[in-house]
Amino acid sequence: MQLQERREPSMADSVDPQFWLLVHDIMVRTRCLEERLIKMSKSGEGYFWIGGPGEEAFNVPLGLSIKKGAGLENDYLHLHYRSSGIILGMGAPVIDTIRQMRAVATDPYSKGRNFVNHPSIPAWNVLPVYPTIETQYATAIGTGIAQARAGGQGITIVNGGDAGTAEGDFHSCLVWANRPILPLPILIIVVNNGYGISTPMRDQHGERNISDWAKTFPNMPGRTIDGNDPMASYRAIQEAMTYVRKERKPYLLEAVTSRLYGHSSSSGANRVPEPDCIKAFEEKLTSLGLAKRERLEMAWHTNQDEVDKAHQIVKQEPFPKADDIWEHVFAEKISPSYPRKGGS
Amino acid sequence: MANMAQAIRMALHYGEEKLGVKEIFGEDVGPPLGGVFTATQGLKTAWNSPLDERGIIGAAIGLAWAGQRPVAEVQFVDYIFNAIDLLKIAAVGSWSSGGTFKTPMVVMTPTGSGIHGSIYHSHSFDSIATKLHGMKVVCPSTPLDAYGLMISAIKDDNPVLYLKPKALLRTKGEGLIPGEPSDERQLRDMIDAPIGDRSQWKPRWPDLQEFEIPLGKAKVSKPGTGVTAVTHGRMAPITLEVARQLSTEGAGEVEVIDLRTLIPYDWDTITGSIRKTGRVIFINEETEITNFGEHLIRRVVDELFYELKARPRLLAAKAAPGIGLSPNLEYATTPQRPDVERVLREMLSEP
Repeated sequence: MQLQERREPSMADSVDPQFWLLVHDIMVRTRCLEERLIKMSKSGEGYFWIGGPGEEAFNVPLGLSIKKGAGLENDYLHLHYRSSGIILGMGAPVIDTIRQMRAVATDPYSKGRNFVNHPSIPAWNVLPVYPTIETQYATAIGTGIAQARAGGQGITIVNGGDAGTAEGDFHSCLVWANRPILPLPILIIVVNNGYGISTPMRDQHGERNISDWAKTFPNMPGRTIDGNDPMASYRAIQEAMTYVRKERKPYLLEAVTSRLYGHSSSSGANRVPEPDCIKAFEEKLTSLGLAKRERLEMAWHTNQDEVDKAHQIVKQEPFPKADDIWEHVFAEKISPSYPRKGGS
Repeated sequence: MANMAQAIRMALHYGEEKLGVKEIFGEDVGPPLGGVFTATQGLKTAWNSPLDERGIIGAAIGLAWAGQRPVAEVQFVDYIFNAIDLLKIAAVGSWSSGGTFKTPMVVMTPTGSGIHGSIYHSHSFDSIATKLHGMKVVCPSTPLDAYGLMISAIKDDNPVLYLKPKALLRTKGEGLIPGEPSDERQLRDMIDAPIGDRSQWKPRWPDLQEFEIPLGKAKVSKPGTGVTAVTHGRMAPITLEVARQLSTEGAGEVEVIDLRTLIPYDWDTITGSIRKTGRVIFINEETEITNFGEHLIRRVVDELFYELKARPRLLAAKAAPGIGLSPNLEYATTPQRPDVERVLREMLSEP
């Protein structure tokens, strides 16, 4: 893997130092949330866990960079199940993800139907997330077409993992986004954490970088960055987003990150010895004089407290009722003659 | 009188003029071809996509989530299998998001046998389609129904799989589409692209009117009291023709129900007819193993057992892996007119 960095951010950067404290705060909130979800999975308060601890350094700056809202003028997000840092960066409350983990009726993302970290937020164009690892690259084509026709500033953002790029949908997205007759304003993101479940990426993928797929298309920028560094990530995201918004053409961005708790609860969800982006960021913030250690520690206490309180609330909330399975089968209510017995 | 391909084309034109359809797309859907069966000739919003069924369905889903009402085509249903999990995502979208997202899209695709299409141009997909719960499934058998079902499908807030019986796309029916000129030649001159260079050609559309066939509403093509025959698509006109012949002969009266919508199916019309006749057969060209008609038979047995005078029956395709090119092979695999006539005569003569 070859990282294609520009330059290290310096104090001369125009970014307000307070912004990095905000990034740190949301990264910590995301980690506190994910670790709570893992505990819920292990304690029987929820079922399957899958999420994105280790990807906060890329996901949070991305979430903070979204043109947030509904409709074509704003960004559409086709996410996958490691995107908690993105939606928390956008301002989503931790309690809604905890609701989805507990599969309670108050889960606003799926009413207790889908796995945790599978949000759908129509007010922010966050489209339904599915456990498939690649279909979001296909659905991104559609919002990309709509936004290419509409013009304006809204773009489509799709992210997935390195393993999902072996599927045809990733290549569908590249081909459709680069049609000469209608290039699409899509920021195509691959978060490369080095594994597809238990299989090392390097055993299966011969590409030097996944972003090298961009070289197939004469006008498509592609870049691989250190997704464990929030400053580098933020700068790369800004560069890519600016290009897509202005040029109305696709950009392929690969972020290399850690995966700190394995694939999911199915693989134990135990901490593994990979670089921790939050720990490294805290070292950087203090060494650059942007934050004091006490301030950073306070972020952990504050966010842990928020997650704890949300967890306590959710524990009191009701589960879906059996009859709820018949809600939203269709956009309208199902007819009385629809088969509902499950057999004879 | 329009054929089915012309009827679909006119409905799509009505959709782009009156119903907000902005994207009609698929392989060879745009100019110069306008669809391999000409169903999209001359449409102003029709365009060619890459040869990529997963991209086509994914694009339709994304467009629908962006608030549009796209109409996508998969050139033959035989090629839709590699997009089945995207169809599942379209179908489950409303349910899995707790009703937060709707997916109003139409996927149209030619289905079934009858054009000597061999292994990859003769498949039926009906039964598999009915397993994509959350997706509506329609299949017309006449041009007028094709027009009305397409308009309803476009207006519907759910994903709709619109199965076009390929054997019927060139056939005409009874009744004019509202706004259609009565002179077939005039219609052809107005909306059919010329042979050869068509780069300068533009269609002259008739003043078409809205006409809906409600989704979920079957049609009694012919009333009868002897046997209920529930069918759709390519088998519907065959069944109707045989029923009329048997009536003329005095062999008995078959009530022919053309489902038109497979999901949600019109159970009230089916049960009303069976209560009258006491005999029912389900006729389609899907293979017999895990056939959609089998589900309907099971439900008939559950709910109408004591009103049946004879066993409910199924006429379907044989469960061979494919449909062979030789007519002898195709006709031996999928139900043909003599098969329909034989089984209906048997049922009418049963005590």
